[in-house]
Amino acid sequence: MKFKIYRYNPDVDAEPYMQDYDLDIEAGDKMLLDAILLLKEQDDSLSLRKSCREGVCGSDAMNINGRNGLACITPLSSLSEPVTLRPLPGLPVIRDLIVDMTQFFKQYHSIKPYLINNDPPPETERLQSPEQREHLNGLYECILCGCCTTSCPSFWWNPDKFVGPAGLLQAYRFIADTRDHATSERLDDLEDPYRLFRCHTIMNCADVCPKELNPTNAIGSIKDLMVKRMV
Amino acid sequence: MVNRVVVGAHYGLRDWLVQRVTAVVMALYCVTVAALLLLQSRPGYDAWTGLFSGQPMRTFTLLFLLSLFYHAWIGIRDIVMDYVKPAGVRLVIHVLVILVLLLYVIWSVQILWGM
Repeated sequence: MKFKIYRYNPDVDAEPYMQDYDLDIEAGDKMLLDAILLLKEQDDSLSLRKSCREGVCGSDAMNINGRNGLACITPLSSLSEPVTLRPLPGLPVIRDLIVDMTQFFKQYHSIKPYLINNDPPPETERLQSPEQREHLNGLYECILCGCCTTSCPSFWWNPDKFVGPAGLLQAYRFIADTRDHATSERLDDLEDPYRLFRCHTIMNCADVCPKELNPTNAIGSIKDLMVKRMV
Repeated sequence: MVNRVVVGAHYGLRDWLVQRVTAVVMALYCVTVAALLLLQSRPGYDAWTGLFSGQPMRTFTLLFLLSLFYHAWIGIRDIVMDYVKPAGVRLVIHVLVILVLLLYVIWSVQILWGM
């Protein structure tokens, strides 16, 4: 199989370039990450992040044939050749396929991704009914791989001000949680022309999410709640 | 003034909502005008002036134009926010856009009721 991989080592290279690789591999039921690791055996300077290799940790997010995804759960057989691999777009490249996710996590932290509840802690857990718990489905599964946020043109343009789809999905995850008591503060925080309203429903986020979540939908729900609060 | 990334203007919902409502008004107007044009047996200058001589049509047209200008204001403001970074320049452009749109409103009234 033929591969074209983005290479950039800021200590050595003046600018990034695409390197061609040829790998003798039968696609079978192998995943893209398997192929990249074999390539890394050929050329150990090729750098990438990876950890769980089963779509849970979100480390090996990259741009695969022009589309963001996780290398570990992308079947080799689904890819057309040459398989073109680039780092996630819109973030500074540290080396090869590794990007600096500082801005991404800064936005994530800005939405206070934890339960805010000033009631005294109960003896056991804070309980929810099955119906209340149901609302968290499609929200809590996010692994923060960054595929959605880095495919969002609004984030490319205003990464310092727009929270981005991953952060907004998490914002709604806590708004939707009955154990959280800070809904009003959370809505206040997002009522902003940049933080939330830079979303123009482009829907790249929902298109690329490897966990098949829908941040656009969550953003719509936040807007619905804001409207409900206002009228 | 220190150079900090500042967010938290606490507005945006109303504009977002207004943009949707004005879009509905514009869609209704376009369908109405298209239907009236298609139903016209002898299209021409007389038919056009006849159509716009009644108060309901003039009022609906003004409503359409006001919707268009408000809608355009939000869209253009968003573009300026994306492309023009210095706050001072941005403010000047915002004011100019608002003034131009207000002029358009006056001009629209003149056209619609000046016939």
